[in-house]
Amino acid sequence: MTESEAALVKQEVRVYVMVFTALAGLTVVTVAISYLHLPTVLAISVALVVATVKAGLVASYFMHLISEEKVILWLLLLCAAFLVALMALPVGTETGIAPLWPFSS
Amino acid sequence: MSEAHPELGFWRKYVFATDHKVIGIQYGISALVFLFIGFCLMMLMRWQLAYPGEAIPLIGGLLRESWVNQGAMLPNFYNQLGAMHGTIMVFMGIVPLAVGAFGNFVVPLQIGARDMAFPRLNMMSYQAFIIGGLVMLTSFLLPGGAASSGWTSYAPLAVIATTGQTFWLIGMIFLIASSLLGAINFIVTIVHLRAEGLTFFRLPFFVWSQLVTAFLLLLAFPALQAAAVFQLMDRLVGTSFFLPSGLVVGGEPLAAVGGGSPLLWQHLFWFLAHPEVYVLILPGMGIIAEVIANNTRKPLWGYRTMVYSLLFLGFMSFTVWAHHMFLTGMGTTMSTFFQATTMIISIPSVIILSCLLITLWGGSIRFSVPMLFALAFLPMFGIGGLTGLPLGLAVPDVYLHDSYYIIGHFHYIVAPGTIFALFAGIYHWYPKVTGRAMNVTLGKIHFWLSFLFMNGIFMPMLFEGMAGVSRRLFDPTIYAHGAAVHGLTVMTSWSAWCLALAQIPFVINFFWSMRKQERAEENPWQATTLEWATPTPPPHGNFPETPVVYCGPYEYSVPGAARDFSPQFVKQEV
Amino acid sequence: MSTLDLPYQVEPHPLTGVTSGKLGIWLFLASEVMLFGSLFSSYVLLRVGSPPEFWPLGIEAGLSVPIGTFNTLVLIGSSVTMVMSWASLKMGNLGAFRRYFGATIGLGGVFLLVKAFEYSTKFSHGIFPAVGWPELTDPSMFYGLYFTFTGLHALHVLLGILVNLWLLIWGAAMWETAPERFAGRIEIAGLYWHFVDLVWIFLFPVLYLL
Repeated sequence: MTESEAALVKQEVRVYVMVFTALAGLTVVTVAISYLHLPTVLAISVALVVATVKAGLVASYFMHLISEEKVILWLLLLCAAFLVALMALPVGTETGIAPLWPFSS
Repeated sequence: MSEAHPELGFWRKYVFATDHKVIGIQYGISALVFLFIGFCLMMLMRWQLAYPGEAIPLIGGLLRESWVNQGAMLPNFYNQLGAMHGTIMVFMGIVPLAVGAFGNFVVPLQIGARDMAFPRLNMMSYQAFIIGGLVMLTSFLLPGGAASSGWTSYAPLAVIATTGQTFWLIGMIFLIASSLLGAINFIVTIVHLRAEGLTFFRLPFFVWSQLVTAFLLLLAFPALQAAAVFQLMDRLVGTSFFLPSGLVVGGEPLAAVGGGSPLLWQHLFWFLAHPEVYVLILPGMGIIAEVIANNTRKPLWGYRTMVYSLLFLGFMSFTVWAHHMFLTGMGTTMSTFFQATTMIISIPSVIILSCLLITLWGGSIRFSVPMLFALAFLPMFGIGGLTGLPLGLAVPDVYLHDSYYIIGHFHYIVAPGTIFALFAGIYHWYPKVTGRAMNVTLGKIHFWLSFLFMNGIFMPMLFEGMAGVSRRLFDPTIYAHGAAVHGLTVMTSWSAWCLALAQIPFVINFFWSMRKQERAEENPWQATTLEWATPTPPPHGNFPETPVVYCGPYEYSVPGAARDFSPQFVKQEV
Repeated sequence: MSTLDLPYQVEPHPLTGVTSGKLGIWLFLASEVMLFGSLFSSYVLLRVGSPPEFWPLGIEAGLSVPIGTFNTLVLIGSSVTMVMSWASLKMGNLGAFRRYFGATIGLGGVFLLVKAFEYSTKFSHGIFPAVGWPELTDPSMFYGLYFTFTGLHALHVLLGILVNLWLLIWGAAMWETAPERFAGRIEIAGLYWHFVDLVWIFLFPVLYLL
């Protein structure tokens, strides 16, 4: 391990602490918002946006995606494309048919 | 690079092996045994279909009491046979043979690697496979017998089935884990361990097919894993993920929470199982490409086009799954979407097939045994593919769905398609694995009889299906339209039993050639790819010295060259 | 060991720029994304198909948001100690590595203990995956999904803890012989651990808050 690399890691450590603070803060924020009882659509949107931001922070800094090689990013992009198909298409087929609970209004 | 390797004991060398070649052979032998078991299950079913209600000859009296009544098959046993035939053939026979055996043995050799990237992961992958396989087989010994809800295990039927289904799910989780570990290993190996000079567009088509297959396994299988976990919860803990409200079983309302979606199972299952169809066929195409290039003594026509088609095929295979679900009433918009994607995905398959066909043009073809199988593959896969088009269109599918037509369709792809490709592969690489060539005469007998009877089995099925016979019937003669085409059923059954007899020359050849045939040289087929650069059979570590690649994979009949093949690993004088 | 010394275990491959192990773990994580993606897809489909009155908010169903929040912070904290342990190795400080890595394992254990406490409270109130909410007569998918999701996630945490324990107790011997390779292993273990944390970041709001 060279000196300069060690210094670089030391710098990174400061980033990790900042990311942790942000994550903890966002957790508190998302919980606080849930007590406001926003309308359903808004509540879901806000919670998912906050969760995505947190996940982005973890992936970018703890998992080093921000400085990771391109090959990993391409892999994740491919994965994301299939994930979109998996998330969207089944729900699309579901909207055309009867609800799952036949005895509801 | 050639350090001495200590001799390993029997257990480390053959049972807990980490050498990719030994693991490939382990996979190969296990998969052939599973294929045989799956074949036997099918032969029993064919008896019931041809001679409904009659005592099974020879072994009827030996079967369990809960399976037969005075030697005649009971419906529940028939269902077990059907479900397990499909499961064993797909997940424990063909995929392990095509990917586990051929992939493991050939890929590292073809890319000039000394082993797979993660040898111990490779060993664990085989162990998970064999555990999963044994769990599946053991389920026949359970009081209620094995899984009996079809290889698709559709809910809610599978949720209320006997314990065999639980074993099916647990076995499946092991098989999935095995495939995932294998897929990771293949991708890293192919991307990282290629020999110097072996760029991506110098890879043999077989390696490309394994790479795409590995991606399909990696990203599609988790959906079935999730589905299996859900169904296990439904069966063991009593949740209702797949159980709708108000379900009535045998006249009694089912005591379940309800509110679940049977369609959810189908979505998750087919999200895996449609890419799985390509997992079944792509390695086969890869083998055929190798064999055809080698035996026509010509480069593959349109190699790059084939590779791009393969990549497109792999990508699109994730977006077509609901064409298995046209009859579920998912709505016309979604049906139209999946119908369109299905029509699109047929294009790359046709391109690959056309390229292989055009490769034959003007070649000086050597009609070796592997080549015969490869030549038969082309029209057989063609029939399988073309009969699929009506099924991919929502309207004709309404009529053909769940009839014998679809059985005929996909068996044409998988049986005279993939299995012929696998046979071609066995005959092609046998000299490399054992150091001896297989007997040609026995091989030709095996080929012609198999070719005849394969068509004798599956061609009548297409007509039966068009006559409207359902694939699920225990006794098709109970309906007039089934009885009217019963002759075809009988023909299918006899063809199936004859097909079994036609495998005897292969089995004899397989074992006899191992000891008695003359020794093969390093490159008996005068092939160009890297696996033929190794000693025969290849030692631990494969290559005596690290190979370097100088040209593309199919440099046959290069104008001006001294021989009609210019191996990748030999530097040519320009 | 009969395995060969294969290239790119320590040095990155010139084309991809990563080691074999790192490419492998990312491929594994991609398949994990599809696994948890399937779970979330199922969740959306089941929820869209249910009328709202049959789908409680986590808090209405009796989940404790404070406990859930606490566990979220525990898991995020364990991610930080994990990345710190890797950084310590990079700086050549094995002692600091042991402390941070041990803390990661400990926090993982705390997470599982809290989860076990939550489970046992539910069981003692007669709430099981198969029964409904809140009077146990209304049918609900909620607890089935809750137990399946958190159970599967807890299994992942458990696996991570076991692997990390192995690395701490036996695997660390590699530090003496091949420090770079050992740091690579810790990075890989870290990537898995962060992914498990990342899944929880989505699970927590979906199950507890929405």
